[in-house]
Amino acid sequence: MDKFILGGVEFESRFIMGSGKFDPELISACVDEAKTQIVTLALRRVNKDKNESIIEFIPKNVTLLPNTSGARNADEAVRIARLSRELGCGDFVKIEVIKDSKYLFPDNYETIKATQILAKEGFKVLPYMYPDLNVARELAQAGAAAVMPLAAPIGSNKGLINREIIQILVDEIKLPIIVDAGLGRPSDACLAMEMGCAAVMVNTAIATSKDIRLMAMAFGEAVKAGRNAYLAGLGRVSAKADASSPLTGFLGETNA
Amino acid sequence: MRDRTDHMRYLPSQEVISHEIMDRILGERSNTDFTKFSSDDVLRAIGKENRNIDDFKALLSPAAAPFLEEMAQASKAIKERYFGKNIYLFTPLYIANHCDNHCVYCGFNVHNSIKRAQLDEDAIIKELENIAKSGLQELLILTGESQSKTPVSYIGRACELAKKYFNVVGVEIYPLNSDEYAFLHKCRVDYVTVFQETYNPVKYEKIHLEGNKRIFPYRLNAQERALKGGMRGVAFAALLGIDEWRSDALCTGLHAYLLQAKYPAAEISLSVPRLRPIINNAKINPKDVGERELLQVIMAYRMFLPFANITLSTRENAHFRDNAIRLGVTKVSAGVSVGIGEHGGKNQGDKGDGQFEISDSRDVVAMRASIKNAGLVPVMSDYIYV
Ligand code: SF4
Repeated sequence: MDKFILGGVEFESRFIMGSGKFDPELISACVDEAKTQIVTLALRRVNKDKNESIIEFIPKNVTLLPNTSGARNADEAVRIARLSRELGCGDFVKIEVIKDSKYLFPDNYETIKATQILAKEGFKVLPYMYPDLNVARELAQAGAAAVMPLAAPIGSNKGLINREIIQILVDEIKLPIIVDAGLGRPSDACLAMEMGCAAVMVNTAIATSKDIRLMAMAFGEAVKAGRNAYLAGLGRVSAKADASSPLTGFLGETNA
Repeated sequence: MRDRTDHMRYLPSQEVISHEIMDRILGERSNTDFTKFSSDDVLRAIGKENRNIDDFKALLSPAAAPFLEEMAQASKAIKERYFGKNIYLFTPLYIANHCDNHCVYCGFNVHNSIKRAQLDEDAIIKELENIAKSGLQELLILTGESQSKTPVSYIGRACELAKKYFNVVGVEIYPLNSDEYAFLHKCRVDYVTVFQETYNPVKYEKIHLEGNKRIFPYRLNAQERALKGGMRGVAFAALLGIDEWRSDALCTGLHAYLLQAKYPAAEISLSVPRLRPIINNAKINPKDVGERELLQVIMAYRMFLPFANITLSTRENAHFRDNAIRLGVTKVSAGVSVGIGEHGGKNQGDKGDGQFEISDSRDVVAMRASIKNAGLVPVMSDYIYV
């Protein structure tokens, strides 16, 4: 069986639900229809008041992936991660460091710093990053458990704008590559999986569709289809000309 | 009447910072003719993904009036992209209503004989405890604008106390120098709200007759000084109806836009207060800013600054608020009382009068229910402190 191994833990589903646009209905749709096993969780939404807390809406058999959203530098991200562990949210942590209120792009520099510190403390660190090969290498070296490049600006539903760079990350980085933000259609998710990404994370595309459950199902199926295609090995798109009349066939025809 | 002072000249105690943003805003103000936009300009602006300043002007122009429905569709989609279903809740707490200024449109002004009051520490704690019971996690602390009666040290102490009960604390007080903002930041204040009232300097001069508020550039640059002082967020507003609302909305949006561009980490909020009838001056009425116009402003803000919070206060009625949160507004107040010491429940003799009347008196429970009713999710706080 094809398993998705993340931070030493085995999962069957390669569809991760982001919970930035928190909505209990969305969580149940993803768990039921897309068979998601990992749900991200903004620690800033974990309330002291139990009844209000987002955690109450997440089924117990789902793995929580707490994130550090709200952090504006490495130091804040590190402290949020430690708090998350204290609150019993486990060792997984998705690093999000954002200090741009308009585009919400992650700050790669601060992300590397936070990853270095937290990996040393035994966290399973999943850094959200702006796709860049050098940065991905440094994250791997710092002990990240996966690398999470954004496909397009978060919430944009634009699909794999950063496709070429993400392919390079897939080819060069040994860690799982999880495409994080910007996927808008099931076909985007499918494509990411065909490219060899280990998993995808989706939120807005489902949250803003008219039928949340149906769209969750569509994404779940697309991820599976893409993964299967990747495993099967995509048929080559031939770059070769018709071999029956090769242009280079003349070589060796005379005794040069 | 004695000669009025120069409203463009800083008082000795007031910190001067660069005027580049103010100059740009005032330049755009005088160069904009809203009548020159066509329905084509409006439709182009609606259809775009990233809107520039000209698009923003088109959306505010008279030509946009027939396209409110189209704007609403776009505005709703943008809000969902950036904020999902989240609607943030907060409540204001008035801790004093002393004021040294003379704003002709305001019942708090120095010459009005209203009941003045100021909460001491014990009274503040009582209010905080009472409000905290509602489950709210964000509080906006307000005073009138009196440096003498409510010095920064007093406000800072109130904020420190508030932080014991609330995750997020903002202030809406008189403008400060950046070192004073830094002090409030140390008292763990998160954001600063300053209403410019109007961005028309000529009009501004005529209605702000006395006090520190009279100094137009000092007020306009308050948000930038707040960011220099380390604040996380800043909030902007023009009091719509004081002057031509399109120009004032344009300037407010530009102000926020330019400041965010200069300080990319700044969290931006906009408010959309309309001028309402006030004590001692029932003649002042927001005639020209009806609900259609107000909605146009809200949606133009949403489309030009998709990432910004838009706050709608209880000056507006429940029906309008319940609909506006679907279309562009992301933050609302609940359980509001504008008098001093009113959260304490009991009728105490020292209560001070409120600044304006409220039209939506729903408490937190009712407001949460309405938000859920609209298919949205009430959120008490999105900040985490570690
Ligand atoms: S608007 Fe503010 S500054 Fe002006 S009189 Fe009223 S409370 Fe004072």
